[in-house]
Amino acid sequence: MTTKSQAVLDWIDERFPLTSTIKGHLTEYYAPKNFNFWYFFGSLALLVLVIQIVTGIFLVMHYKPDASLNAAGVPVAFASVEYIMRDVPGGWLIRYMHSTGASAFFIVVYLHMFRGLIYGSYRKPRELIWIFGTLIFLALMAEAFMGYLLPWGQMSFWGAQVIVNLFSAIPVIGPDLSVVIRGDFVVSDATLNRFFSFHVIAVPLILIGLVAAHIVALHEVGSNNPDGVEIKKKKGADGHPLDGIPFHPYYTVKDIVGVVGFLIVFSLIVFFAPEGGGYFLEFNNFIPADPLKTPPHIAPVWYFTPFYSILRAVTYPLFGIDAKFWGVVAMGAAVVIIAFLPWLDRSPVKSIRYKGGLYKAILAVFIVSFFILGYLGVLPPTPGRTIVSQICSVIYFGFFLLMPWYSKIDKCKPVPDRVTG
Amino acid sequence: MSVDQKVDGGRRQLLLVTSAAGGVAAAAAAVPFVASLTPSERAKAAGAPVEVDISKLQPGQMMTVEWRGKPVWIINRTKEMLESLKKTEGEVSDPKSDKPMQPAYAQNETRSIKPEILVAVGICTHLGCSPSDKFKTGADSGVAPDWAGGFLCPCHGSTFDMAGRVYKSKPAPDNLEIPPHKYLSDAKIIIGEDGKA
Repeated sequence: MTTKSQAVLDWIDERFPLTSTIKGHLTEYYAPKNFNFWYFFGSLALLVLVIQIVTGIFLVMHYKPDASLNAAGVPVAFASVEYIMRDVPGGWLIRYMHSTGASAFFIVVYLHMFRGLIYGSYRKPRELIWIFGTLIFLALMAEAFMGYLLPWGQMSFWGAQVIVNLFSAIPVIGPDLSVVIRGDFVVSDATLNRFFSFHVIAVPLILIGLVAAHIVALHEVGSNNPDGVEIKKKKGADGHPLDGIPFHPYYTVKDIVGVVGFLIVFSLIVFFAPEGGGYFLEFNNFIPADPLKTPPHIAPVWYFTPFYSILRAVTYPLFGIDAKFWGVVAMGAAVVIIAFLPWLDRSPVKSIRYKGGLYKAILAVFIVSFFILGYLGVLPPTPGRTIVSQICSVIYFGFFLLMPWYSKIDKCKPVPDRVTG
Repeated sequence: MSVDQKVDGGRRQLLLVTSAAGGVAAAAAAVPFVASLTPSERAKAAGAPVEVDISKLQPGQMMTVEWRGKPVWIINRTKEMLESLKKTEGEVSDPKSDKPMQPAYAQNETRSIKPEILVAVGICTHLGCSPSDKFKTGADSGVAPDWAGGFLCPCHGSTFDMAGRVYKSKPAPDNLEIPPHKYLSDAKIIIGEDGKA
């Protein structure tokens, strides 16, 4: 570095921790050297967050959260999305990036969570990282749900109608609560405007704050790795972990490979299949919202379907309260229970590499039932499907609630002292 | 500040009192924000309960009023019509009204507070068309030779009995919705407000 630029840097460093921040989080943040492809999804989630924020900023320049009908009899909000798609230069691309980005966000986040699950990344001392992560997942669900109302199509309207009505099943406060959520007695212009406000301001702020907390907590304790071995236990003479390598340049460069791979797939979807076969953008949502016409089948977008299935699987009233209420409770519990993983897992080892057959078998059953729940969530219910979703819901909760026992009796393999490359 | 320094009780108390006062002020400041989430006066006016005078509604007659943008039917059912509900019990998909399509006080055989007066939202639970009344029974009705009287949705042929219960194997999944309503007097119903009264 030339003396002049060094002088500028010194000037800044005396006033702002620039160099030390870069060192602490990048050039001297030692990450385990054995990260595999599963470790792409954290940085990819960050990338998708940036894509969503940037495309979102530009969409808001043309979108109008207005449920009133325009001269042509089309709701203004719906018409403004059509306007973005047809008349705004590049608007179609920005909109498709945003709508595909929503699904991409959930794909990478689900994979990121699965990585944490199989390598025991939630175990001590990373409990807070995991809790922040669960809160990010919750905030993301709220963000996606409220964003889906904005195009004001049939699925937007009726999806919101169904989900907001769920709150009315809560005893005593339920009916009033659902009115406060909607700001009206039906899903209306008031609902559209407050969902818009939450979607573009409130929830993104919360999300960014949680993401920052997630990363700060991670860099405080250091990353886990596929072996589930603490690299900080074996340090070299220089005080750095023997199995650690600086995040920059090693993992920044590696993550670029992940980014390129991701962008190839992302672009293919954006340009050739932006509707994702009706899963990313549901066909009924190309019809303007009509409060007097219910679509024959209301299905949530794919990323909500496992939890929606759990909601529908509860068909028994309990303690004199409606089954619908317990469905809501089960759906909420299905998300919240994830946060308790650090205390449910009593296995002596972290990573799946050293866990026994029992855990692997139970995990496999769990994954299969999660996919079945997701599949059933897009279909209309039939008595047979309800029974299947009930069985899968029991497996879902069983995976978590029985973990303290089966993780203890599982026959684990010995864990090596150092990471295995 | 050194560790052995004594806590000044008076200052600590002042701190607590000012913090509490600040907390109260912050909570009070939250009131208008929470209040702004509740329905506005305009929304309240549009969604207000509707008062209906039913004194002139003769047995066998039906009237329609609008509530929250939906048609609400009020039907004064005759003895025969009420009688027909027993006949249709085996033919409808949810005879006991187990699904939450009505307030608890209307979860009975007639799906109403008073047996003869049916209040129902006239929107088919299938695709939201408005069914038409087919009160004539038998072949005259043009619905079916053994028609017991009820409603027929012209769009996809869903049929409902005189209590708005949907017949089995029809496109509509649920019985017609019974809106919250209560009697202000024998002649006056208010639609949109709960309570048996």
